[in-house]
Amino acid sequence: MEVTAGWYMTLAAVLFLIGAGGMLIRRNALMMFMSIELMLNSVNLTFIAAGKELGSLDGQLAVFFVLVVAAAEVVVGLAIIVSVFQSRSSASADELSELRG
Amino acid sequence: MIELILFIIVAAVAIFGALTVVFARNPVYGAMGLMMTLFSLAVFYVVHLAHLVAAVQVIVYAGAVMTLFLFVIMMIGVDRDEDNTEKLPMQRQFVGALGLVIVLVAGIAAVGGRFDWVRPAASTVEANGTVQEVGKLLFTEWILPFEATSLLLIIAAAGAIALAYFGPRRRDREDA
Repeated sequence: MEVTAGWYMTLAAVLFLIGAGGMLIRRNALMMFMSIELMLNSVNLTFIAAGKELGSLDGQLAVFFVLVVAAAEVVVGLAIIVSVFQSRSSASADELSELRG
Repeated sequence: MIELILFIIVAAVAIFGALTVVFARNPVYGAMGLMMTLFSLAVFYVVHLAHLVAAVQVIVYAGAVMTLFLFVIMMIGVDRDEDNTEKLPMQRQFVGALGLVIVLVAGIAAVGGRFDWVRPAASTVEANGTVQEVGKLLFTEWILPFEATSLLLIIAAAGAIALAYFGPRRRDREDA
């Protein structure tokens, strides 16, 4: 049985779903953040699989930019988490209700 | 045949790591699970001839980003119990079942059916993601987004420094 691009797309969908579920279930801001990383990586897999299927390198370059954006996002996000933790000594997203969200 | 066996094993590892992220009580285990998933995705990138991306994935993502995550986990402590109860009853089971159905339908469509966007003629071209090929594209066709990312990284670094220096200190002043 040949492994086609559809298999990789399905795997990426499963990983994205797990990431989205983790984002919704977890209360710890750090774990929510890791779930976001998981979702970003599943999308990267679809980019690579589609790029191979279409015989184009553009998918791989898109992955590069996703990587850069993810790295920038991690830097700022973790800085926010640490800053929140220093002032409230908690990383739980449920306790942050100052903005009535 | 080899690709099928490789796919099944590595995909199982990737999904196991992803589930660890969601269900691990200890955030360190979650970080390790995410690292496992990132490594398995790097294996898939090698299968897809994306050599440079695979190397960058291991070095930058599994190396640098996850190390940063572990640093922060160590900083803010790992022994904190998390309240995982849900206010609405049955919503988690419902969403889980719904997600499973969606993935099943999408999976059957993707594996069994054909993609409209796949042109069979173009798929015969091999896109080999060597450093030379990717670099050539990056510095010609994609030069504008590439330069924009440098701006983005500078802003992110400056923002992180600003948060570290001014965030909690300002709050202290307000409290005093």
